[in-house]
Amino acid sequence: MTAAPSTFRFVSSHRRVREDRRFVAGQGRYVADIALEGMLHVAVLPSQHPAARIVSIDASTALAMPGVHYVLTGDELAGATDQLMNGLDTPHVKRFALAVGQTRYAGEWIAAVVADTRALAEDATEKLRVVYEPLPFVMKAEEALKPDSPPVHAAHGSNVLLDKLFVWGEVDRHFAESPRHLSFRVTWGRNSTVPIETFGVAASWDSWRDILDVWASIQMPKYPDQIARALRIPANNVRVHHDVDVGGSYGVKRGIKQSVLVAYLARRVGRPVRFIEDRLENMRSGDAHGPERIFDIDVAFNDDGVVKSMKIRALDNAGAYAGRAPFQLGKPIGAIVGPYKIESVQYRAQSVTTNKAMQEAVRGFGQAPTNYAIETAIDKVAAAVGLPRIEVRRRNFIRKDEFPYLIPSGSSYDSGDYHTVVEKVFKHADFDAMEQERDRLRASGMLAGIGIAACLEPSGGNSSFEPLLNEKNTTTTWMDSARINIDALGFVTVTIHTTSSGQGHETLVGTIIGEVLQIDPDLIRVIRPDTLACLPSNSPVGSRMAIMLGGAAFHAAQKLKTKLVRIAAHQFGCAEENVTFASGAASDTAGHSLSWAELVTIAHRNYHLLPRDMEPGLEATHVMQVPTGNKLPENGRVQMYPCHSFEFHLVLLAIDPDLGKPEIKRYVIGHDCGVVINPHIVRGMTLGGIAHGLGATLLEEFVYDEQGHLITQSFMDYLLPSSHEMPEVEIVHHCTPSPHTVFGQKGSGESGYLGSPAAISSAINDAVSPLGISFNKLPIRISAIGDAIADAQQGKPQEQAT
Amino acid sequence: MKVELRVNGVSRTADVEPRKTLLDTLRENFLLNGAHAGCEHGVCGACTVLVDGEPVRSCLMFAVQADGYEITTIEGLAPAPGELSVIQDAFCETHGLQCGYCTPGMILSAHALLQHTHTPSREEIVEAISGNICRCTGYGQIVEAVQFAAGRLQKSNALRPNHVSPGHHGAGHDAPEEGVLEADAPKEIV
Repeated sequence: MTAAPSTFRFVSSHRRVREDRRFVAGQGRYVADIALEGMLHVAVLPSQHPAARIVSIDASTALAMPGVHYVLTGDELAGATDQLMNGLDTPHVKRFALAVGQTRYAGEWIAAVVADTRALAEDATEKLRVVYEPLPFVMKAEEALKPDSPPVHAAHGSNVLLDKLFVWGEVDRHFAESPRHLSFRVTWGRNSTVPIETFGVAASWDSWRDILDVWASIQMPKYPDQIARALRIPANNVRVHHDVDVGGSYGVKRGIKQSVLVAYLARRVGRPVRFIEDRLENMRSGDAHGPERIFDIDVAFNDDGVVKSMKIRALDNAGAYAGRAPFQLGKPIGAIVGPYKIESVQYRAQSVTTNKAMQEAVRGFGQAPTNYAIETAIDKVAAAVGLPRIEVRRRNFIRKDEFPYLIPSGSSYDSGDYHTVVEKVFKHADFDAMEQERDRLRASGMLAGIGIAACLEPSGGNSSFEPLLNEKNTTTTWMDSARINIDALGFVTVTIHTTSSGQGHETLVGTIIGEVLQIDPDLIRVIRPDTLACLPSNSPVGSRMAIMLGGAAFHAAQKLKTKLVRIAAHQFGCAEENVTFASGAASDTAGHSLSWAELVTIAHRNYHLLPRDMEPGLEATHVMQVPTGNKLPENGRVQMYPCHSFEFHLVLLAIDPDLGKPEIKRYVIGHDCGVVINPHIVRGMTLGGIAHGLGATLLEEFVYDEQGHLITQSFMDYLLPSSHEMPEVEIVHHCTPSPHTVFGQKGSGESGYLGSPAAISSAINDAVSPLGISFNKLPIRISAIGDAIADAQQGKPQEQAT
Repeated sequence: MKVELRVNGVSRTADVEPRKTLLDTLRENFLLNGAHAGCEHGVCGACTVLVDGEPVRSCLMFAVQADGYEITTIEGLAPAPGELSVIQDAFCETHGLQCGYCTPGMILSAHALLQHTHTPSREEIVEAISGNICRCTGYGQIVEAVQFAAGRLQKSNALRPNHVSPGHHGAGHDAPEEGVLEADAPKEIV
């Protein structure tokens, strides 16, 4: 199936992204734009305590206010709905949309007020009187591990949600035989994707038709199923409208608690209800923080810098509830050795509950922290054996002729050419000149460093980490779908069955179907039906849409092309293999031809001309299964994602020692995601991912104080990269097609975020290395850099290193 | 209380609470949904509109404060339904957006910059959009969009707004003819 890019007519060409037109005119349709007749609005009351028993809630004053319709508490909700889905097998870690009996983090929602306007609802929350009985709380993961730590969920018995030890290969022997070892700790701070649009949802219940209509800013697999289960209603009573534009997500727009809350309220008050999180609600209690992880790493290697084995202990602070977040320790198993030929790995994955806000899936699903840990290990190995960091990587990289390459944890990497990508980047960047520039900066009194990081982006997301971490889960399929209809006038309409948060699915699908049917992609209409009219989909997660939605569209189009060729062959009286299909028309060697319009007319109107066993009309669907994903894990080994994109980041950075502020002088990335469907989209995601990773490395962290309160609750103190922080990025392309996909494409949505934290921190550590210090904790804030430099210059021991 | 606002060249009236922001008024009273709420504390810029031609955060301004000013929203930029302004078209050309949520504010900030100069430096572009946070793009293709639009405007046959030389943008800031010139902005579609 794999073809060289040059043979394509539309794929890989620099075509405009069709979605852009409506957005530049302000004509997107986001959830806050949904205004329903008679709609009411919700505000929520946050807990002031990280842990407290809720003794009583007095809503009488609030309810007496004009314009206030209803006040909902956790007790009522828990009586009328089932608990929200829990990915792990931890049945006593129960979670509802509102706190039930006890609050488990500061900011957790205690009650919801429904009123005529959002402002009135907010006014009313201030009149709610809650009596709390404060309880002991625990904020740090290592403390939560201790048997005598305050229990977040007493019924669960401990704060440990997950503690799994995997040993793949002969770890003990490799450690015993390796002449060199090193151990270190790195920490990934709690940050998140923080989209500019917060989560929002509107719902309306029709009691006469038994239909719950939902409009939401959503990116989540099986969203209507989860709502139906929680509300104890048939799944076909839930109709989620997918034609809502989503203002960014990068994983976190899961919003199940918000959605169940609003759906319940809409039914309870008999009016449409909408809840749009404000920024405060989103940041402190939207259940959308990302991993907060401590890595303890041991590496076994030889004097040549060849790494033989690795022990990884990853301890994640999941926050107050389980949800799906602990699985973010599972996905990295699919690329646990990164792009390196490490022969054996021991991996201990631990996830604990604490009195912090809960996590959600974040771009890369746990891969970015793991990649930061692995790349730091390679940098440290290089320093230990006294070789250039790039040389150590070259010695450990899997070679092009070794693919498909089976890693110890059971995943097979599809394809790659890491050495060539690195070579191209070094040539483009003129690495020698870059080193000279670094030395020149150093000579001028600056601290300057070069950062290097490689990374793999597993793509084509399936969910095989679920059965690996939870034996009761037997999921082996994670499909996506497309349906194509060619109408009687010959126009093509495609349905896709998920939402989009800026990934350009309409462009993707139009381009691929245009390529197969050889018609102008701009003439293809792409629509998103509601979930009652949908084929199965698992939404844009795991960098999968080019592979899965693209694959589904390709195969559906192939089915239609086959049908058109059969119609033509029947008319021409020849074998199908003698029919040529080009530019939407069919012809044979004898000079017969049928135009697109004629073929369509036969299919739609001329039943007498159709082959005898053929259905009339032109409609095809395809439900695409993840390539390579059809097995349950065996002995702790699993085939995770089918495709593996590769990136290589090279950064030159300077720090003014007096200011401590890092300034990126140059950023070059080599990017190989196989065949690119739309260059604009891939480029944008790569640059956006780098910015996102830059934020995680230098700026972004959800910080809690000693009292258990979040102190970064707004954009004044949780800093996102602006145009000033983001450097110009040079992208060096390479294409190693995947053998598992229709055009050789791989995923590209996560790459920048997976590699840039490792690269930027590597550059900072190179810059401060002359002072004998290093940073092992993200984010590396300007203040931390300034303090560490000052301490080092005064001969004080470095605090960061502890 | 009753307010009368000039929005996109049209007088509109609304009955609003004094505490109601300009953003909420534009969206809820006038159904102009292009301005978006992002942070509601003046950092992200998703709610940007032009007030007398200058970018302003409509989440930080009350509707009652906007009386007497010319307000331009993203809906006021497109010359006709289905037709894009030069800057809007440039954002499409370079794919200077992804999810589109910050885009109206970003385009209005770029529009204000290019009202002052058709020859902005990269630094001036970075500065002009630095109050608009985009989480998707990493800004690269946005900067390119503004550069592309500036190039188009330079080559167009229209008057240079304010005739401001590079490096002195803002000099004509209070010129009375501003806003009139906006109407004269080229409507080139390529």
